[in-house]
Amino acid sequence: MNFRFQRKRISGILSILPPTERSFVEEMRNFNFPESRSLKLKEVMGYDKRRVAGPDICLSDLAVFGLRRLFERGLLQPEEIDALLVVSTSLDHIIPPTSNLIQGRLGLKQDILCLDISQACAGFVIGLLQAFLLLEQESVRKVVLVNGDLLSRKASPQDRNIYPLIGDAAAITVVERDPGDSVIHASVQMDGQRAEALVIPAGGFRLPSSPETAVLEDVGDNNRRAKDHLRMDGTAIFNFVQTEVPPMIERLLQWAGLTHEAVDYYLCHQPNRFMLQKLADKMKVPHERMPNNVVEHFGNSGGATIPIAITHNLAPRLRQGCIQACLAGFGGGLVWAGMLMKLGPLAFCETVDFS
Amino acid sequence: MKRLPELLREIRPEFDFTTSKDFIADGMLDSFDLMTLVATLDKTYGISIQGTDIVPENFKNLETIENLLRQCGVTA
Repeated sequence: MNFRFQRKRISGILSILPPTERSFVEEMRNFNFPESRSLKLKEVMGYDKRRVAGPDICLSDLAVFGLRRLFERGLLQPEEIDALLVVSTSLDHIIPPTSNLIQGRLGLKQDILCLDISQACAGFVIGLLQAFLLLEQESVRKVVLVNGDLLSRKASPQDRNIYPLIGDAAAITVVERDPGDSVIHASVQMDGQRAEALVIPAGGFRLPSSPETAVLEDVGDNNRRAKDHLRMDGTAIFNFVQTEVPPMIERLLQWAGLTHEAVDYYLCHQPNRFMLQKLADKMKVPHERMPNNVVEHFGNSGGATIPIAITHNLAPRLRQGCIQACLAGFGGGLVWAGMLMKLGPLAFCETVDFS
Repeated sequence: MKRLPELLREIRPEFDFTTSKDFIADGMLDSFDLMTLVATLDKTYGISIQGTDIVPENFKNLETIENLLRQCGVTA
């Protein structure tokens, strides 16, 4: 499904990282594998450091910290926020919505739309899409988009498929109307028939968490996890990304009348370095135009990885000027979504530690 | 391609890759070993195996891997 928007823009991005850093080398002894195999994996996938939130830190904490920082620095006024979107798979509670909690903790106005959206790794593109749709309304002038996933505590420490790559983080993106003539093209596709490729089996209403769902089971390849844990069919996800994302981007470029040469950066979800390098090769895009270093520095924090890729790699450039960006999110659902837009100059573009 | 068994043994030294007909079914290579193997083959032969070709069928045994390498232009 294609979407086209006019006169909308991102005016600032702030990424918020929990301060606790874990090291792959220190953790690899948890896996039931020879050290040499784990070290080879580190080299190929880019596993190194990752950030995790302790049990006392939830998504709203990271978001409130980031928004207070923007208020204090005069980069955003609380009364300007007409809509607050939270896109995540790791909300604070089932009820109330985390967006309402953030509104309440910050004392934001009551004349506001707070909305939680359950989306995973494509959450940044999906959230932007929703923000742009809201900005079509006369009453909505500024939207705050919060993306974040804190799934490290849902990863089994004995599951080498998942544990070394998962990080926790949040990002705040301010979206507003653009006085210029900007045009944004977006494409979204979904396939719920392949939803089992990325799933947490227990913990919802279908299978509530219980002592039985917490029991670690041998799941093959020397990995052990419980039904309460995140499960990923790595081969299926890898092939899904390599098969679906390149043609989606090709169609988007064609629709927008752009070539690959016109795109300065491909800012993709960050599952691991290897997958992104293969994606770049498939699309014949030089690796340096598709940043792939978020997992090695911070881990994969689902819907927050695209904004982190932006603030970590492009902050100085985007505070000064503008790029033609191609965003691509893909993952749980399954969902694959792309967006072509001009990005910058941004009023703020920064990565900060939560404290 | 003569080096193929040797490259495989660098990843899983405990197995003899010259006798098995199905490395995946015999538990000799898991999905992460495949990624490591692809990265090793890319580097050794100066190629880039396409992401869509990284499927278990192409890594079942020495013959299927050699076929894949030939498709990528590796001749010796």
